[in-house]
Amino acid sequence: MDVTTWTYLFVGLSFALYIGIAIWSRAGNTGDFYVAGGGVPKIANGMATAADWMSAASFISMAGMISVMGRDGAVYLMGWTGGYVLLALLLAPYLRRFGKFTVPDFIGDRYDSRTARLVAVVCAIFISFTYVAGQMRGVGVVFSRFLEVDVNTGVIIGMIIVLFYAVLGGMKGITYTQVAQYCVLIFAYLVPAIFISIMLTGNPIPQIGLVSDAAGESTGLVQKLDGLSEELGFKEYSSGHMPMINVFAITLALMAGTAGLPHVIVRFYTVKKVSDARKSAFWALLFIAILYTTAPAIAVFARTNLLNTVSEKSYAEMPTWFKKWETSGLVAWVDKNGDGKITYNGSGNAFERHPTKSKVEPVFVTNDKVNEKGFSGERVLLNEPTDNSNELYVDPDIIVLANPEIAQLPGWVIGLVAAGGLAAALSTAAGLLLVISTSIAHDLVKRTLNPSISDKAELLLARISAGVAVVIAGYFGINPPGFVAEVVAFAFGLAAASFFPAIVLGIFTKRVNRAGAIAGMVTGIVFTAAYIWYFTLAPAGMRGSPDNYLFGINPQGIGTVGMVLNFIVAITVSLFTKRPPKHIEELVDSVRFPRAALGQVDAGPSHH
Amino acid sequence: MSKLPSEQTKRDYWKANLRWLAILLGIWAFVSFGCGILFVDFLDQFKFPGTNLNLGFWFAQQGSIYCFVLLLVAYARVMNRLDRELLEGTGAEEGS
Repeated sequence: MDVTTWTYLFVGLSFALYIGIAIWSRAGNTGDFYVAGGGVPKIANGMATAADWMSAASFISMAGMISVMGRDGAVYLMGWTGGYVLLALLLAPYLRRFGKFTVPDFIGDRYDSRTARLVAVVCAIFISFTYVAGQMRGVGVVFSRFLEVDVNTGVIIGMIIVLFYAVLGGMKGITYTQVAQYCVLIFAYLVPAIFISIMLTGNPIPQIGLVSDAAGESTGLVQKLDGLSEELGFKEYSSGHMPMINVFAITLALMAGTAGLPHVIVRFYTVKKVSDARKSAFWALLFIAILYTTAPAIAVFARTNLLNTVSEKSYAEMPTWFKKWETSGLVAWVDKNGDGKITYNGSGNAFERHPTKSKVEPVFVTNDKVNEKGFSGERVLLNEPTDNSNELYVDPDIIVLANPEIAQLPGWVIGLVAAGGLAAALSTAAGLLLVISTSIAHDLVKRTLNPSISDKAELLLARISAGVAVVIAGYFGINPPGFVAEVVAFAFGLAAASFFPAIVLGIFTKRVNRAGAIAGMVTGIVFTAAYIWYFTLAPAGMRGSPDNYLFGINPQGIGTVGMVLNFIVAITVSLFTKRPPKHIEELVDSVRFPRAALGQVDAGPSHH
Repeated sequence: MSKLPSEQTKRDYWKANLRWLAILLGIWAFVSFGCGILFVDFLDQFKFPGTNLNLGFWFAQQGSIYCFVLLLVAYARVMNRLDRELLEGTGAEEGS
């Protein structure tokens, strides 16, 4: 069987499985719909959380970004796992005891303020939409690259699948589907890594392969890659190249930002007891860590293979993967010295940014949809070549997507990677859609606009909002704003600078009051948003230059400063204003102690 | 008839909770921001025992994540024990 047949087979089988699970586990009431009735076993819940947490970016892009950044890629590894620790220790157990469905619920009640709730709802919806649009795009990208369908068709297929099981099954359907998706994605991630680890180091475990010596040699694999990189004028792989303060700020912003992401917090409501929620958090991080410790190994393996495959080889002898990914624009070559060989080195970008694009990426010449070919058969570029000697453009996404082909693995492994990428994107998208529908049906309508709505009507409304949200997300997946990366940085920064301090202070102090919390959140959001806007989104004439970064911190890490400001302002304002009333102090106590210690029964999240 | 824990017991519980949080988050910060970022260049002078991989690099891309997982094991054990102690004699089950 060829690669395409394998891919259709795996993708088709996995989709049939997801739909089957959705039908088997559909939701009957709002409790099922929002939190799966609180009755999911803890290991299964851990797997579902892991699938929820790991997005299309974790699966498709992360290893590639690490392989470009070298040691500095640790910001993503530590940021996205360390954030989970913050969530599990500082937020989740307390929010669960509070016993409502959502973060805006907690912020609204703790600070006794509709304004605070509204700020939180708007942030939650904005963050979720940003994120979910990225997932839908990921679905489209996988479809287009593996199955050679149009990106837009891919997005629409993804929309229909998610719509089907999110709307029908709610949290219950999503949870059990995510368990299956975790199994698919982790299998798909590990299989190529294991094969390549054996080839390069002789050890089947990628995590051990990373620390091992190159097969048959007495130099470490990473040392060898360092040497290879330096020979070609790339920066040394195993040392840092970003200023330390930036690494620090980005890591902390990603940690606090992910801890504040609403779709994972709700996961702590789907098991029966707090003690189970804690154990489930451990299982979730263990399942996440399996992928996150494999990613740096894949980064090293794939980088080594890539440099060995392309450097100073003629275009004519490039393997088929090179031409296939050139067709989809993930690699591009411009033969500057006309020798027919690929020169790949660290002297800079091979070509300039095309005026129609927001970043450096290839724009090819096509005549009547026929790709124009150059002297060696390569696709001809519209981009202006640069003065340096580097001739090759490589999109970081290729590291995971093309990894099996670069390592010449069999066709079924490649099909598996496609199914895995889809599983990662769909599971995260579904979790986020649920947050959006909950935010609208529960926070906005039930808790703010029309408290007398019946459970049945609320369930219907939640389903309708999930449906509408899928369509909007799909629209942004098909027509992504030109600044996706900035918007995602925006989502993390905003979550770090808004939710995180408000929740932490709400649990660990009784003194911080309404005025303090609102002032803190507004300061954090305005500062972070303004900084990101000024340095990335502002019109070219007004845009700030990186020389003017505050303490040298780039927009990706600025959420850290926003968060610190939020803490300072919230505490200061609170100290100069009145203590919160008695019933708020009682509410804080109710999240600090087990329900039974207060003479209450923990019935899980309640229906208000 | 079960009786509820006294105010003093509850204060002690919360203090123990905060103490454990400080210890665990201290380790969290040490392995990630410490070993993975601030002291990474210093640690890179050494190799991960028995291999040729720089120790700082290992902490930044592998070690810190393993520590995070262990932290959550410790947290679940400690907190579930504290809950049980608090609820002793109330007749309630652990950890709700």
